[in-house]
Amino acid sequence: MTAELPAAPEFTEPLTEWHRLHVRMLIVRPLNEGIAMLVPIAVLLITGNGEKWRLFASGVTVALILAFSYFIWRTTKYRITDDQVELHTGLLTRKQLAVPRDRIRTVDLTSKPGHRVFGLSAVRIGTGQQDTPGTDGLTLDAVTSEEAERLRVLLLQKTVTPRAGSSDEPGAEPAVASSEVISQLDLKWLKFAPLSLSGLVAIGAVFGLLSNYADDLGLHPVQDLWEWLFEHPSFTLIGAFVIALAVLGLVLSVPLYILQFWNYKLTREPDGTLRVQRGLLTTRSVSVEEQRLRGVDIQEPLLVRAGKGAKLAAVTTGLGSKGESNLLLPPAPLSVAHEVSQDVLKVADDPTLRKLRKHPFAALRRSMIRHVVPWVVIAAGLAIFAPSWAWPIPVVILPFAALVGWDNYRSLGNALDDRYLVTRNNSLVRSTVALQRTGIIGWRIRRSFFQRRSGLMTIGATTAAGAGVYHVTDVGEADGLALADEAVPDLLRPFLTEG
Amino acid sequence: MSPKSVLLWTMQAALFWLVLFVPQLVVFLVVNEPPTWELALLVATLVVGIVHTAVEPSWRYRVHRWETTPDAVYTLSGWLNQEWRVAPVSRIQTIDTKRGPFQQMLGLSTVTVTTASAAGPVEIEGLDHEVAQQLVVELTNTTQATPGDAT
Repeated sequence: MTAELPAAPEFTEPLTEWHRLHVRMLIVRPLNEGIAMLVPIAVLLITGNGEKWRLFASGVTVALILAFSYFIWRTTKYRITDDQVELHTGLLTRKQLAVPRDRIRTVDLTSKPGHRVFGLSAVRIGTGQQDTPGTDGLTLDAVTSEEAERLRVLLLQKTVTPRAGSSDEPGAEPAVASSEVISQLDLKWLKFAPLSLSGLVAIGAVFGLLSNYADDLGLHPVQDLWEWLFEHPSFTLIGAFVIALAVLGLVLSVPLYILQFWNYKLTREPDGTLRVQRGLLTTRSVSVEEQRLRGVDIQEPLLVRAGKGAKLAAVTTGLGSKGESNLLLPPAPLSVAHEVSQDVLKVADDPTLRKLRKHPFAALRRSMIRHVVPWVVIAAGLAIFAPSWAWPIPVVILPFAALVGWDNYRSLGNALDDRYLVTRNNSLVRSTVALQRTGIIGWRIRRSFFQRRSGLMTIGATTAAGAGVYHVTDVGEADGLALADEAVPDLLRPFLTEG
Repeated sequence: MSPKSVLLWTMQAALFWLVLFVPQLVVFLVVNEPPTWELALLVATLVVGIVHTAVEPSWRYRVHRWETTPDAVYTLSGWLNQEWRVAPVSRIQTIDTKRGPFQQMLGLSTVTVTTASAAGPVEIEGLDHEVAQQLVVELTNTTQATPGDAT
């Protein structure tokens, strides 16, 4: 400790003694994880008419949950040394995790409602390592929100300006320097909520949960419904059901959008990170080291695309795609997505706007076959093995499948500029990826039996970031190899003569 | 690529089809009056198995290639579906060798070269032990000579 430290509180010396997670987690963990248990417990108590064993069972369950969270709290400790973040955890299997601080790429703060009531945050620290999915980085669940914020600044600042505390330039640019807002939630974007089908997904989730409880109570509504439907097949009923589902989905999607993206804000922080904050009940703050950003992915789910909208995801190391932690922009107008992409990548023109080269006609044939044939097979199978009302269903789907196949072909495209490789794929969720050419760390070039007959290939650019590999699907052989050769000069060249 | 790898692939293919065929045969022999489709399935398994075991290994052997230069590792693998993989030496993170039971019998090794990408390593199958050892040493040396953290 020197005598004169800058006023900014974020610059405290790294902790070297061990810290425990916050003691309030004793209550918060059961709250977050146990909410799902409350319903069956209540049901047990209510339907039990005061039977003794039911009371006893509920008591034991609650006690077990509490004991479990106590042991987790008791056995978990962390510390941040000059070089690494260490976490010791585990009751039966002791785990000791350590992450070198110069390998930290992302910091993700999440507060579920339980956390927020008690002013806590879970901190997830991501590195680029992806050997075994899910083991990347470590999570501190949870510390106080102030501590979380302090950790975020501390852990990310080190990677940009090593030894910020060494009082060389005291007032150079303190971390309190204002952050630059790149994008913010606009309530007009809410019109994309119904288009993103999130309502339907939510209905599915709630329905799954409810039918689980129903099963616990010995009711089998789904099975009963199916059996009843099989006995009285009625198209009006199915139609009504589908319409009801669609309407409910539309109605639900708006509050869901608000729930997920309320207070959405994308900022560029003075410590060289991009930071996304969002959420109404569960709040999230994801910080990504800008230097590690390898590109962007413009995703256009079919209906959102029809409404000229898109969402934007980061292609970066140290973030799983789980829980949309790589999201940079929620469903919003396409033009906004391009603006944000341009700003985030710090380029004059958004590479994803570049004119894409079309893929050969043979790719259309392959796309059609891939989308249509499965439904033909299903229809044939149902015609032979199922009751006679079943087979028209896939036949009705056929024209849509053909449209999707055609649209899928229309989506295919690739482009190259001086810094980015751009590739577009898929129809239902069309994805346009701009991948930094310097981020490409190898190629996987696939030619299936049918592709070889049509003179096509699928080129995969492997990278340490994002999905690990991004494909240029069904490109002509000569064009594809030329593209790969140009994107990363000299890597493929020695081998091209053989092909 | 060692010519012995044809033998290796033949053994692997034969084992795979035996695992499929033998239980079917047992069921067929034990059950009274087995249905005709069971017989059809049994014969189909036998025919496809024999053809696959006879054709695939040598086809594969004709396709498979590998090469290393001071800058890159390169493989071509597959038979019906073929895949090239290229990884620059500067991006290599780990180099492993492994030998399965069949490979040990035949004195073969597989060298696996991993990069920072989650999208799968470059595998060089069916190398003679000595060639594999030599390759690992060679690659380790060139990799160590290259600066950077390979991401």
